[in-house]
Amino acid sequence: MNNPVLNVNNVSKDFGGIRALDEVDLVVGDKEIVALIGPNGAGKTTFFNCITGIYVPTSGDVLIDPEGTGSPLRVNGKKPNVVTELGMARTFQNIRLFPSMTALENVMIGTHCRTRSSVWGAVSRNRATRREEQAVIQKSYELLRLVGLEDLVNELASNIPYGKQRRLEIARALATDPFLLLLDEPAAGMNPHETKELEGLILEIRETFGISVMLIEHDMKMVMSVSDRIYVLDYGRMIADGTPREIAENPEVIKAYLGEEHDD
Amino acid sequence: MSNATNDTQEKSFLGLLLTAGCDSFPQALWRSLIAAVWFVFLTFPIMVIRVNTIEHTVVWHWQRMGYVAVGIFFGSFVWRWLLARKELKKDAASRESKAESLLTRIQNNPTSKYLLLALIALLAVAGPMKFSLFGSKLQLLNLYQTNIMISCLVYIVLGLGLNIVVGLAGLLDLGYVAFYGVGAYAYALCNMHWGVGFWAMLPVGAVLGALLGLLLGFPVLRLKGDYLAIVTLGFGEIIRLVLENWGDVTMGPSGISNIDRPALFGIKLGIIGSTHYMYYIMIGLLVLTIFCVNRLQNSRIGRAWLALREDEIACQAMGIDKVKTKLMAFALGATWAGMAGVVFAAKTTFINPASFTFWESAIILSIVVIGGMGSIRGVIAGAVILILVPEYLRDFAQFRMLLFGSIMVVVMVFRPQGLISAKRKLYTYQAKPAGAANE
Repeated sequence: MNNPVLNVNNVSKDFGGIRALDEVDLVVGDKEIVALIGPNGAGKTTFFNCITGIYVPTSGDVLIDPEGTGSPLRVNGKKPNVVTELGMARTFQNIRLFPSMTALENVMIGTHCRTRSSVWGAVSRNRATRREEQAVIQKSYELLRLVGLEDLVNELASNIPYGKQRRLEIARALATDPFLLLLDEPAAGMNPHETKELEGLILEIRETFGISVMLIEHDMKMVMSVSDRIYVLDYGRMIADGTPREIAENPEVIKAYLGEEHDD
Repeated sequence: MSNATNDTQEKSFLGLLLTAGCDSFPQALWRSLIAAVWFVFLTFPIMVIRVNTIEHTVVWHWQRMGYVAVGIFFGSFVWRWLLARKELKKDAASRESKAESLLTRIQNNPTSKYLLLALIALLAVAGPMKFSLFGSKLQLLNLYQTNIMISCLVYIVLGLGLNIVVGLAGLLDLGYVAFYGVGAYAYALCNMHWGVGFWAMLPVGAVLGALLGLLLGFPVLRLKGDYLAIVTLGFGEIIRLVLENWGDVTMGPSGISNIDRPALFGIKLGIIGSTHYMYYIMIGLLVLTIFCVNRLQNSRIGRAWLALREDEIACQAMGIDKVKTKLMAFALGATWAGMAGVVFAAKTTFINPASFTFWESAIILSIVVIGGMGSIRGVIAGAVILILVPEYLRDFAQFRMLLFGSIMVVVMVFRPQGLISAKRKLYTYQAKPAGAANE
């Protein structure tokens, strides 16, 4: 693996007496696609929430180093919008689009932290604002085209079919210019054909933007074919990590997924 | 389900009217009967019992009971028919009303759009003027009507300001009148003590409103929905109580009188002249408000407000600073209330805390909700209905507020999204040639 852009050290998260994450370590390299798998309730989404600032980890460090400078920045405890501005953008397991805004506007929201026009700019609509606005519209449209939603640009997000809503969320996250894209169950609710297309999209995103992708996913076929490395979480502990082949043969992983045999 | 729909479609108009929403005609009859009895009971105290205060006798208007019963009995058939029709329409793809689609069509065509705008501008400017057309004297608005129009315009500006907070950013604010009151009192006090003029105080009122908006914004950053509503309600009451009880400064409940009307280049105008002047000032302020709010709502900041309203967590996760966005909404919303307050004080020349009660906040909120959240055209329509209708209902004397309430109920039942619902702007972009898109 080349230089790590995200380095998670010993992160734990307690909810009252329950330890949802127990000293979890994880590394994502530059331009790497990493999958995080595990049974339901293993703490995968909690992990995402901890590194994106929605939760503050009880202990441990979340370090990012997008430029590869060797002096990483500690991000745990920072607000979600600051984390996004630093370059980690996410999607949600239960789709969280802005339903009464159009698809294009949803993506335009993603560019908010990369643009600067103020109240005065909005009211006077001066040249800088107009130029910025046009650039935002064009960039958002290109992103919609990339995820294959160019026919639904001016459609309200709530009227878009489910599978395409997931793609719209990815476009919205990409609009924030991230170095790491975090996808929470992107294939949930998709049929095999759509999943196959999503796989292609994830690979295309890595090629086009040169960014890393981390995904939580239950669809093993997709995880095995798309990811460079896989981490396995069970009861808040990281029980294994390695290439797809290694993970498929790891007895602990099989045990976590299928349960222990009691006969012998 | 589809069978039922087919049945209703095959029925004649009369059949529909008689049985809409019910299984059979006897059931419909029974329901109407119940409704009639219930309304007779409800309206008994106000319709039947009349106290003659001069002769100290109670007069019983029994015949009115009959009117109510008959009216409600037949009215309930129409009511159910309207409800059923609305249900049918909901299934249809387009939920736009005819008037709304006409408005959209006019707006989409530049010629008709500017023609309509020019017509509105002409009517607005000509309003209080006297003409002689074909020998006959013509005046659209007499002095009384001009005064009503001024307060209507003030409420439109207030509605548009609150629309930023409630309609766009989705922050339920029940204490909006506080900013209005502070603007009015700022002008009244500065004018009384130092003789500061109207035009100097208009921007000061705006800034004061914005500052107070920030002041309210900070403590309520973490709150939303019902909790936010309660806190802002308390805030509004605090301001009113301060105005009422800090007698040394605000003159307490007796209020401040003899506030200067705005002067035209240093010339003091008479009552008629200054009323007309006030009217044109308000037209100007309204145009400025519409211009600013329209540009704001279609900007980077306006989109951030909408995102905040739609989903707070996703909004933050997409890199929007929640604190900054909320404070901006509170401040920019309150700005207009501060200005409207200055105008109100100058118009009435007398203010006291009774003008800034919770009732005012409720009316302004109703303007936004009934008009259509987040829609400028809607807020204007809402203000016109809510402010002008009670004035024109004065002929109905004691039933005025009853009718006013019924109108609000009817609007909310039949158009829960408001009179004119908000439309998202459609952006134009440069699409790639078809060949590239097909790759």
